[in-house]
Amino acid sequence: MKKLLIISTILIVGGTLLLSFRTEPVKVDNPLRLAKDSVGSAKAFMSVYKVLMSARCMNCHPAGDVPLQGDDNHLHTMNVKRGADGHGVYAVRCSNCHQAENATGLHMPPGNPKWGLPPANMRMVFQGRTPRQLALQLLDPKQNGGRTKQQLIDHMAKDDLVGWAWHPGDGRTLPPMSRTAFVAQVRLWIAKGAYAPSAKAK
Amino acid sequence: MINITVNGQRHDIDADPNMPLLWVIRDILGLTGTKFGCGAAQCGACTVHLNGEAVRSCVTKLSRAAGQKIVTIEGLSLHNNHPLQLAWNEMNVPQCGYCQSGQLMSAAVLLRENPNPTDQDIDDAMSGNICRCGTYQRIRAAIHKVAAMQTEGAKL
Repeated sequence: MKKLLIISTILIVGGTLLLSFRTEPVKVDNPLRLAKDSVGSAKAFMSVYKVLMSARCMNCHPAGDVPLQGDDNHLHTMNVKRGADGHGVYAVRCSNCHQAENATGLHMPPGNPKWGLPPANMRMVFQGRTPRQLALQLLDPKQNGGRTKQQLIDHMAKDDLVGWAWHPGDGRTLPPMSRTAFVAQVRLWIAKGAYAPSAKAK
Repeated sequence: MINITVNGQRHDIDADPNMPLLWVIRDILGLTGTKFGCGAAQCGACTVHLNGEAVRSCVTKLSRAAGQKIVTIEGLSLHNNHPLQLAWNEMNVPQCGYCQSGQLMSAAVLLRENPNPTDQDIDDAMSGNICRCGTYQRIRAAIHKVAAMQTEGAKL
């Protein structure tokens, strides 16, 4: 009986020790899924909204068919028009002045290989949208260029023309937070349920 | 060496790839019909065609033109007889003339894409070309004249 007691004690202690060294596989959270949190999600979008409504983003997402310029969002000089493909019309095509990179100096044309507005059939207007309107618009593939939520994140995080906003050339102000912080807020907004702020949010 | 084709002629250019195309055209090739106005893509005096598009050569780097086809005012027609040039003469469009090569290069793109433009089309195409003498009304009339000439020509 005594032997049985000693053997079972050894087995129990040994087993416990073995179990304590067993490692659990690290769980990778799906970046698109956190616990749903409408307040946290909408709050994150309000940060996203501040960036999207900054001049560097909104000036190429105008309510009309004329791009905007400057921190006061005035209409682009020279009567520039969107055109069907978003890259201007006739002798006033974007790439006629805007090069693949920023021209050096104050008031010189900024540049990017993709410089232009959204096309006429997918205008993706930011100007004048409330936070709620813009959130719903961004989530709607019929209004966001056919993007899924993941593609929306990728667009914000990796697109070269979006990235221009943080390298806008001489004399232009930057969006109100870094691109890294911006993308983190986009991810948080979507991961917590992609909620649109209430209609009262400003 | 950077190879470019200007008015149908190939040229090997030994210059900084960042040099504005305007200086290549004027100072290296000696084609002085294209003018320097503002140097900031604001006025249109330096407009040339790069693969058929009306680019501002003052902000276009030589590197962008590598291997591409450029047409300047000197190459718009063989004998200064492009319909626009004929209409410009007939309507006495230029006053001082400084901006006119740029005006013509922009108008040529408009008429290629839209042979019968409305006043609004002309405004949309030509507003980027500034004329200090204010010849805008004559420019508009001359473009309409070319459109009419082309329509008449098509009927013959």
